[in-house]
Amino acid sequence: MAKPRRMKDLRKQPGFEFLAYTCLFFLYAPIVVLVIFSFNDNRSVVLWTEFSFRWYIEAFDNDGIREATIISLKVAAVATVFSTIFATMAALATTRTPSYRGQTLAYAIINQPLMVPEIVTAVATLAFFTLIKKLTGVSGIGYLMLAHTVFCIPFAYMPIRARLEDMNLTLEQAAADLYATPFQVFRSVTLPLMAPGIVAGAMLAFVVSLDDVIISLLIAGPGETTLPIYILGQIRRGITPEINAVSTLLLGLTVILVAAFFMVGRKK
Amino acid sequence: MMVALPEPQSEPKRGAEANAANLAIARKAIEGGARRRRWQLLSPSIIVIGIFGLFPLTITLIYSFLSPGDFGGVTWEFSTDAYVQFLFERDIFDDTLTFSTTYLSIYGRSIGLAFGATVGALLIGFPMAYFIASKPPDQRNLWLFLITLPFWTNLLIRTYAILLIIRDEGIINVSLQGLGIIDAPLGMLYTDGAVFLGLIYSYLPFMVLPLYASLEKLDFKLVEAAYDLYATRFQVLRHIIVPMAKPGIVAGCILVFIPGLGAFITPELLGGGKELMIGNLIALQFGGSRNWPFGSAAALILMVVVMLSLIIYVRYAGKERAHG
Repeated sequence: MAKPRRMKDLRKQPGFEFLAYTCLFFLYAPIVVLVIFSFNDNRSVVLWTEFSFRWYIEAFDNDGIREATIISLKVAAVATVFSTIFATMAALATTRTPSYRGQTLAYAIINQPLMVPEIVTAVATLAFFTLIKKLTGVSGIGYLMLAHTVFCIPFAYMPIRARLEDMNLTLEQAAADLYATPFQVFRSVTLPLMAPGIVAGAMLAFVVSLDDVIISLLIAGPGETTLPIYILGQIRRGITPEINAVSTLLLGLTVILVAAFFMVGRKK
Repeated sequence: MMVALPEPQSEPKRGAEANAANLAIARKAIEGGARRRRWQLLSPSIIVIGIFGLFPLTITLIYSFLSPGDFGGVTWEFSTDAYVQFLFERDIFDDTLTFSTTYLSIYGRSIGLAFGATVGALLIGFPMAYFIASKPPDQRNLWLFLITLPFWTNLLIRTYAILLIIRDEGIINVSLQGLGIIDAPLGMLYTDGAVFLGLIYSYLPFMVLPLYASLEKLDFKLVEAAYDLYATRFQVLRHIIVPMAKPGIVAGCILVFIPGLGAFITPELLGGGKELMIGNLIALQFGGSRNWPFGSAAALILMVVVMLSLIIYVRYAGKERAHG
């Protein structure tokens, strides 16, 4: 019969460690292959010949890629700024005021973009924007920026709210006891304390906007091709090592941002 | 989320009754201020999401009851054709309706694939999450980081990476042919299996994270107690660990199932347009086919399926909490 075992053994389940490493391998193998072959000199995406930056240089020289990158960055920057401001305000409202009726509703509305399948959001936004365009005659990249702002709000909101919930109220109360005005409390106590959450939220919003395909694909007008849409178009046309290089660059940018996000989050 | 209200500080020294009244007025003023501030803070998000997130869904609902326009868009003429088209095929010559499973089968396939991917992700994700939770706290963060990283990297690029590996000239086929194990490429791309693999791959982190969140809280003293009572490893897993992880299991399944159901990129790239899923069907109606009412109806039917799964989830999770 089973003898009392040591704590370390008790926690283990047979085979789980092997499965965990397999799972990790499964997650990373395709990405690693993609990155490796982006440095392959040959046109082939399977046979390794020689290390080279050839495809990166070609990608940089490609006007289509350069324009798509600029549009992606513009849209992501605008969406990040607005969604982070809105999300910060909303996070303050949901954590720093007494509980109230309608709080759940407010919470549900903020998270609405996460609850509806992206394709539904995409077609609904397309229908709405087409209507506005017909009524006002206004067109342009503003629509794309607006749509991105909307779906970035919940992503920016999550880390900011988490940060505020973790924060102790004592410092803010102490400041108020020392006759600081609410604005002074916010400016010199709350804001510096919640700054890491805001930075993390902004980075997530930026990454999410930069990665979006479906919504951009449906609502982007002519001349508003973002980088993911460009990549999708190229993949449909046929695989070239150039796309590997662009993908690797985008991948690298995301990894840097997410790694920074983790660093910011860990410092308490 | 109870936040302490600052107590009114200076109290006019009068009778106890007046005192109470003053307090009530002060409190009301503070609460009124708080309410105003709260709505000021909330309004930008609520207004933006309300107008550009919720309102368009209403438009989609209206569009689904209109007639298609000649060049996309709609004509303002009431029609239930979109919903009829979903279930029936209209004969071009005599306008008779015959029951057709064309679109139902796309929904059926999508639900099946999303469900299969959910189960697959659970089977892979559970050991993974448990393994992370049983690690010392300082190592957990690294593992979580490694799991989260692919989730934040572009879905399109990850799907493309799979495509590179499983296509006929991909690394698997080339290696196997090189080793002489197979003569012809396996033809893995553009199959249901490829879509299934892609879905698991895309949404696995969605499964691992909530599972980890509930397993992390697991009290290993219970496991120890079960072993002391001569439970086998399997019994411990079955009767202690899995029930304790149930909220995480349910949350993870929902988080994989819903995006899996509306997936667009995965079937587009790995199914090759042959293996249509709901997401592609909807996009197609707004793009190539230019039947917006039908696309709207298809999108709303997807919403209904999603809402039903969410209701089941809320019911189920609520019951679990009552038991626990």
